[in-house]
Amino acid sequence: MTEEMTLVPERADTLPIEGAIDYLKRKFPDAVKDDTRQGYSGIIVDPAHLVEVARTACDELGFNYLSSATAVDYLGIDDSMEMVYHAYRISGGGALVFKAQTDRNKPEIPSLIEVYPGADFQEREAYDLYGIHFPGHPNLKRILLWDGFDGHPMRKDWKEAYYEQETKPFDSRWPKGYVRRAEELNVFGKNVKYPADLDLAKLSDMSEEALYSGMGLGVDVSSFPAQADELQTDRLVVNLGPHHPSTHGVFRMVVTLEGETIVALEPVMGYLHRNHEKIGERNAWNHNMPFTDRLDYISSMSNNLGYALAVEKLLAMGARYQPPTYRAEVIRVLMVELTRIVNHYWAIGFLLNDLGAFFTPALYAIAEREKILDFFEATAGSRMMCNYMRFQGVAKDLPERIRSVASHVNDKVRDFNTMDYLTELINERIPRSVDELDRYLTDSEIIKERTIGVGYLSPDMAIAYSTSGPLLRASGVPYDVRRAEPYSIYPELDFDVCVRHNGDIYDRYLIRLDEMRESIRILKQILPRLEKTQGESVFAGNKAIYMPRVPIGEAYGRVENPKGELGYYLVSQGDPKGPQNPWRYHVRAPSFINLTPLGAMCRGQKVADVVAILGSIDIVLGETDR
Amino acid sequence: MYGMGILKGLGVTFKHFIRTYLDDIKYAGRKYLRQENFEARQGLKADGAFTVMYPEEKIAVPERFRFVPFLVVEDPDHPERPGEDWCTSCGICAKVCPPQCIWIVRGEDPVTKRPVPQPEAFFIDIDICMNCGYCAEFCPFDAIKMDHDYELASYDRTRNHIHDKERLSKPFSYWMSIAPTTAREEAAARGGWEHPDVIKEFKKSNRTPTPVTEDWQQAKMNAAAFVEAQKAAAQAAAAAPPAAETAPTVQSAPPAAESTPSGELSPEERKRRREEALARKKAKQEKAAE
Ligand code: SF4
Ligand code: SF4
Repeated sequence: MTEEMTLVPERADTLPIEGAIDYLKRKFPDAVKDDTRQGYSGIIVDPAHLVEVARTACDELGFNYLSSATAVDYLGIDDSMEMVYHAYRISGGGALVFKAQTDRNKPEIPSLIEVYPGADFQEREAYDLYGIHFPGHPNLKRILLWDGFDGHPMRKDWKEAYYEQETKPFDSRWPKGYVRRAEELNVFGKNVKYPADLDLAKLSDMSEEALYSGMGLGVDVSSFPAQADELQTDRLVVNLGPHHPSTHGVFRMVVTLEGETIVALEPVMGYLHRNHEKIGERNAWNHNMPFTDRLDYISSMSNNLGYALAVEKLLAMGARYQPPTYRAEVIRVLMVELTRIVNHYWAIGFLLNDLGAFFTPALYAIAEREKILDFFEATAGSRMMCNYMRFQGVAKDLPERIRSVASHVNDKVRDFNTMDYLTELINERIPRSVDELDRYLTDSEIIKERTIGVGYLSPDMAIAYSTSGPLLRASGVPYDVRRAEPYSIYPELDFDVCVRHNGDIYDRYLIRLDEMRESIRILKQILPRLEKTQGESVFAGNKAIYMPRVPIGEAYGRVENPKGELGYYLVSQGDPKGPQNPWRYHVRAPSFINLTPLGAMCRGQKVADVVAILGSIDIVLGETDR
Repeated sequence: MYGMGILKGLGVTFKHFIRTYLDDIKYAGRKYLRQENFEARQGLKADGAFTVMYPEEKIAVPERFRFVPFLVVEDPDHPERPGEDWCTSCGICAKVCPPQCIWIVRGEDPVTKRPVPQPEAFFIDIDICMNCGYCAEFCPFDAIKMDHDYELASYDRTRNHIHDKERLSKPFSYWMSIAPTTAREEAAARGGWEHPDVIKEFKKSNRTPTPVTEDWQQAKMNAAAFVEAQKAAAQAAAAAPPAAETAPTVQSAPPAAESTPSGELSPEERKRRREEALARKKAKQEKAAE
């Protein structure tokens, strides 16, 4: 014991998590206490001291990367609301979890934006969906919903327009399932409510001032015409989107220009918002798996894996949990690394679209992607909406043959041996096409001129803004969850974390090529493992249970998705009698959080570069808007 | 030299352009016609432009492909249970369906009001179905399966997009035709080609389920033989004098059928009977051992 005491490292930023918690408890004896609830971890911080505690954690203890900040509503449990923060060290390791609780009726928690600028969008989301106020936040407005939306939908007592029952499965489906359409019960027009204080006249006011002055642009729109000097470089507000052809989905940016230079940029999102998380809380645990496919619909396999890992963390607290078999882990890594390649083909192709090389490079890349999707389809049953991972394993083993049967839909067939197909794909076809993309684009002077030095993001900013994935690593920060907090069989695989140092669009393009090559390297190590485990079970336990019981507690599962760090924060308040549903289901979407520094990256750039900068972040709106 | 990078890139474009035409020449105009060419173009040997010219040409869907589910019913020419549902209206698929688009009215005995293992009505709202495949995966009776027919577009959403039981039902032979490997695996897990409940019944009455080592059509032939045997037994019972020396007609048909002249039996029938007899003997021994 005494020996341990003397071994305390002199530097606080290398303390293990428990040590860091002790440090905080010693420094803030009144404000910090352990979270002792069953199945919970971390500390609960008095909101009055939250900012100081966070600053200590960030500056002194080295937890400088805020991965996730989200709210939970404990209505009916202890009637409080809670903000949950997961902070990591950029050098790797586990999370410091800290929470702040507030009164449900007047929820207010100080903003952490000064300590962690990456809390910006996440706090706005909590404000939007839970109604928690964050004093100190400079731009606390709704982010996913529009101003005319009544209420805060993630609160437990909020009910959607087609509300049927608190949780699924709904009783009306069986045994007396007389079918009806939801809209028959709730005729359109009667389910739209506005908040009491909404000024409807203001919404139909089409003047510039009314449209843009609420946007937090940091400029006074009304004064623009008066500011004209001799050169007539008026400030101009330009609206890009929604539905701009280059914006990867329905996304909108409001930019303020001076001449051609961007002075301010405000991303506007939520056009594809469907309250994924509320649906997730109505769902049972299993139900959510296919819904995760629809987040980042380019890489559904890795979304599945993140969710499976998070739920497995919860299941592991119970008695009957069996970890996935080795073959299941091998197949999981096979799938997610193929997905990474799929995603980067897509990202590079569409970045080139955004740069003006309209669809030729994109089609070359997508054509190669098709071959991987064929394999997904033969294994999981769907090209994009794979729904393949299960808790404790995967849905089905790889098929022996990738075979089709003639039917009345299609009389032509194909038939390949799966392992031969995979081997050829991984050893020949993918490397060849990556090299070809490299030859095709990397040296092109047009691309270089358009991208080198454009959209710069410094390493400090990349960390502070909680960016992740290729965006973070292209800024010189070698942070990869596969190495920082390894999961599955990554520890035994040989691969490097790619890093590039210039932090511009060109490096973000190059790093995707690097990552594809690293993925190929991993896949080549996976092939012999697949051969070796042939015939072994892909599922631990008997058979997937259709309504699994999940122990009480919280879990945060995160994976290195192609677009960045995808995290799931789950809370189970298991009701031992009925079917179980997640109490809280939060998705830390990389596409969403990677947009936080967009404004900063675009400031001072030309308007023509905005779309390219956005393309280099690689977002997908299914995940951004959720 | 400035511009070399662009030229190199254009070289790639040019190569793609040339390869597309070379590919056409290679197949001598039969690129889209022959089965072998189809397999090459939709496989890893695809080169040049390998766009699929839908709807003239389609992507070959693999066996596990998932589209809106259908319900398995027994073939119409099944001798014992023609057209009967495999579904027992247990409701598991309705519970496990993530968007809750399955609606089942459980069957009910008109007199006793007790549930019977057959759905009275079964609906799937295909507008809501997300083709996740959970219903097929978790159905304990292998009664609901994912279809391959994805051409379901219609002009009338309200009338055509809620599939009722009639629309959903497809014979077992259809399932065999679209996914033979999967169907075989599932039958192996059940322990025979027949419906799980039928297999249970068989076990009670000492009939052997059709093993999966045999062709699946054998199950129908076995059933036909069984029906024949039962008919013959009934005839024999009618022909026999109503005197008391004949064994009291017990519930199970096969023992009675043994009184028919054995010379007329087909080889399959004989084999089946031998197996049955063996199974009976084994069961008796097991019982005695207990
Ligand atoms: S799970 Fe299978 S048997 Fe049960 S109701 Fe659904 S289709 Fe019928
Ligand atoms: S495929 Fe999925 S969504 Fe469709 S009916 Fe089956 S369980 Fe429901």
